[in-house]
Amino acid sequence: MALLSLRSVSKSFGALKVTDDVSFDLQPGEALGIIGPNGAGKSTLFNLITGNLRPDAGQILLDGRDVSADSVMARCAAGIGRSFQIPQPFGHLSVYENLLVAARFGGGLAAAEAPEFCMDILRRTGLAGVADSPAGGLPLLSRKRLELARAMATRPRVLLLDEIAGGLTDAECVELVATIRAIHAEGTAIVWIEHVLHALNSVVNRLIVLNFGRLLMVGDVKTVMNSAEVREIYLGAEV
Amino acid sequence: MMKTSFPAYRPLALAVLCAAALALVPLIGPRAVVQDLFGILCLLVLALNWNMLAGFAGLVSVGQQAFVGIGAYTMFAAVILFGLDPLAGVLLGGLVAMALAVPVACFVFRLNGAYFAIGTWVAAEIARLGLGQWKALGGGTGTSLPKGTTRDMLGVGPVKEWLGVSSAAASDILLYWLALGLVLVTLGVSWAFLRSRMGLGLQAIRDNAMAARAVGVDPVRLKALVFLLTAFGTGLCGGLLFIQITRITPDAAFSLLDWTAFVLFVVVIGGIGTLPGPIVGVVVFYALERLLSDYGSAYLIVLGLFGIAVMLFARRGLWGSLSGRTGLELLPLGHRAPASASAVRP
Repeated sequence: MALLSLRSVSKSFGALKVTDDVSFDLQPGEALGIIGPNGAGKSTLFNLITGNLRPDAGQILLDGRDVSADSVMARCAAGIGRSFQIPQPFGHLSVYENLLVAARFGGGLAAAEAPEFCMDILRRTGLAGVADSPAGGLPLLSRKRLELARAMATRPRVLLLDEIAGGLTDAECVELVATIRAIHAEGTAIVWIEHVLHALNSVVNRLIVLNFGRLLMVGDVKTVMNSAEVREIYLGAEV
Repeated sequence: MMKTSFPAYRPLALAVLCAAALALVPLIGPRAVVQDLFGILCLLVLALNWNMLAGFAGLVSVGQQAFVGIGAYTMFAAVILFGLDPLAGVLLGGLVAMALAVPVACFVFRLNGAYFAIGTWVAAEIARLGLGQWKALGGGTGTSLPKGTTRDMLGVGPVKEWLGVSSAAASDILLYWLALGLVLVTLGVSWAFLRSRMGLGLQAIRDNAMAARAVGVDPVRLKALVFLLTAFGTGLCGGLLFIQITRITPDAAFSLLDWTAFVLFVVVIGGIGTLPGPIVGVVVFYALERLLSDYGSAYLIVLGLFGIAVMLFARRGLWGSLSGRTGLELLPLGHRAPASASAVRP
């Protein structure tokens, strides 16, 4: 059974259809990329999956169960983890505390297990050295890492990454991709929205192309990237 | 900037020392001082509760006098209508305040920010006008505790015998100790709560509500919990206050000035959203009150000016500014990473 399924999901803001009859399945442990021009409705799709937005029509299923009416918190506890496009740290809390909140609430860990669990994630994401520093003072790369680390601390079965590689230097990007690949290798399913295609394509198996809220194409990376339609609409290239 | 904090036992030792000194005041101080300090300790209880509500849960209520009044009226009803001991009435007052906080929350939690504040104030006015209709407790003109109520109160007898003082003095002393106990319990419970999982969630919500939801923290649930708990503490304090005042009217029991405006002043000048803030604030308030008590209404003007000055020049309050500048933390709420973290610190 698919881990996450979207069935004919639609969402409008007034007259504007930002998500138009989108359906796809995500298998356990799969890594799926979502691409499309700005304004194609990629982040809206994430907000529908996490519960920040309710679909006007259609269903969102987790393990075959309809979660369309569940709260953001309930979906997090059920295994949907999410990193924000613009990092949203708890600025006055330390980096470690940022993870502790996530582990104790979304991750459902007890007081005794949470500290080591959080430290383990901090080490893997390269944040152990700043564990006790206030999260509000971190530079961009560390903020992006914190987004990833905090989402990991909720113990997700599917991790939604929203342009996590955006704004990083190439060297920083390589490091982050290595971390994401390691997380994926351990069996966490990933849905990743990204404009930095070389980073994305080095991790995901399949790509979804969105345009004007519609699902334009689904397929393996090579097929999608070579399709004339995608090159024209997404990359703006001459056919 | 790294914050330094005393070893854990230091603030505890300091607190025990202060509490012991305050507990000894009735043995040496005159009765007027005991009565004065009782009022100040009650103000501190209200301030600690309001600080939890506004400073930590982000619920800026200006209607907490509702729960003072409900606690006070419940205590009066327990004594006059049911013949209970006033101290039992105080406990009932806290419970009734908490119970009534449920419907109030259902109403005001639909509102945000300024609308929430107005909503709480409206709820308090409804309670004031409603209880003004309760004829058995004197309606709009109020009523007094029956003669001898405080003299026969639970615990007055032993205190009287032990210290060899009059009944009236013994009841003052007992109420003073109860208020001091309530301060310590409120402070202890607040600290434990803020250090707990729920307190961590509350601080996360304060920093970023959207991100808090995304990691599984339910803001409404946590805020409602704080609203109910502070209603309980505020109700208890209301009952206790009016045992000493012995007379109740709707206007006095639901006084916006006495039970919310002064409380707000204390928390804001002390440092909202810090645990020691209300303590600092209440000390400053008491000092100003003593210094200016001979100048009539000028006292309120100076108080107001002082409050404005603090808001302009020390926006985090006196304690908040001091703590921010020196890195001093008396009641630290943070969770440090396990030791293995510091080993890899670059």
